[in-house]
Amino acid sequence: MKKFNSVVVGLLIALVIGVFLSPFASSFPDGLERVAEDKGFIERAVESGLPSLIPDYAFPGVENEKLATSLAGFIGVIITFGAAMAIGKVVSRKESR
Amino acid sequence: MHIPDGFLDAKTWVSTIGVSSVSVGYGIKKLKKEFDYKKIPLMGVLAAFIFAAQMINFPVAGGTSGHLIGALLAAAIMGPFSAMIIMSTILIIQCFIFLDGGVTALGANILNMGIIATWGGYYIYRLLDKENTLHPFALFVGAWVSVVMAALAASIQLAVSGTIPFSVVLPAMLFWHVIIGIGEGIITVLVISYVKKVKPEILENGVEW
Repeated sequence: MKKFNSVVVGLLIALVIGVFLSPFASSFPDGLERVAEDKGFIERAVESGLPSLIPDYAFPGVENEKLATSLAGFIGVIITFGAAMAIGKVVSRKESR
Repeated sequence: MHIPDGFLDAKTWVSTIGVSSVSVGYGIKKLKKEFDYKKIPLMGVLAAFIFAAQMINFPVAGGTSGHLIGALLAAAIMGPFSAMIIMSTILIIQCFIFLDGGVTALGANILNMGIIATWGGYYIYRLLDKENTLHPFALFVGAWVSVVMAALAASIQLAVSGTIPFSVVLPAMLFWHVIIGIGEGIITVLVISYVKKVKPEILENGVEW
């Protein structure tokens, strides 16, 4: 039971970061974007045009930007947790299951 | 450091997809032989944590920001093969659900942040900490190197694509990522020191349900 808790605690920490810290992240360009701006190749970036669930970490239809980011963080953390668990199940040794 | 669509030419994105697919495929094959099912929840939690931490851009000098990559963090906790899989999972989710990183650049982004950052950082970490004791200094240097190597790899891909000359892009990319790498080192050391202090058994045995 104690060990079960550490999974829950770990996931909660990830959720707190993804939901409550993410709206306050710096919106400055990252290293690569900055270089692309400074060296004049940022305009080469194109949108793939593929449909996506949550483009640019903002949940669609939510006007409050901070809330849209929080929702994106919540969904992203849950999806990533689930996907990594599923992959872990696929790759784990059969005999030890 | 997520490369968007449009920065890489066809030969570069096709070949990076090839290299990444083969490397990740090899990693999966390797894990199938040695991955302990008890580590499944740890893999989930670690991936979720790194995804969340990647959302937190921290400001560095002069109106630029950086965020954790997490490759060495994952590699130090779960080993480099698991780290490659964790990083690839995150990058695929970021690409298709959040449009962070281009679809054609996915191979390059996995190569840079999932494979080169993982192995480059892990090699340096183990060079400095042969017993794999999660020594803070070795973790810091390994994490820093992982970011700088990813930046180097991205610079090469941009130059090979003809997007920008290597002599122009390399100093600029290194300038920012030498600084951003310090943040990577600090976060990696803090997170691992925290886990080591409160739940050292996680680092030994993984997390059981």
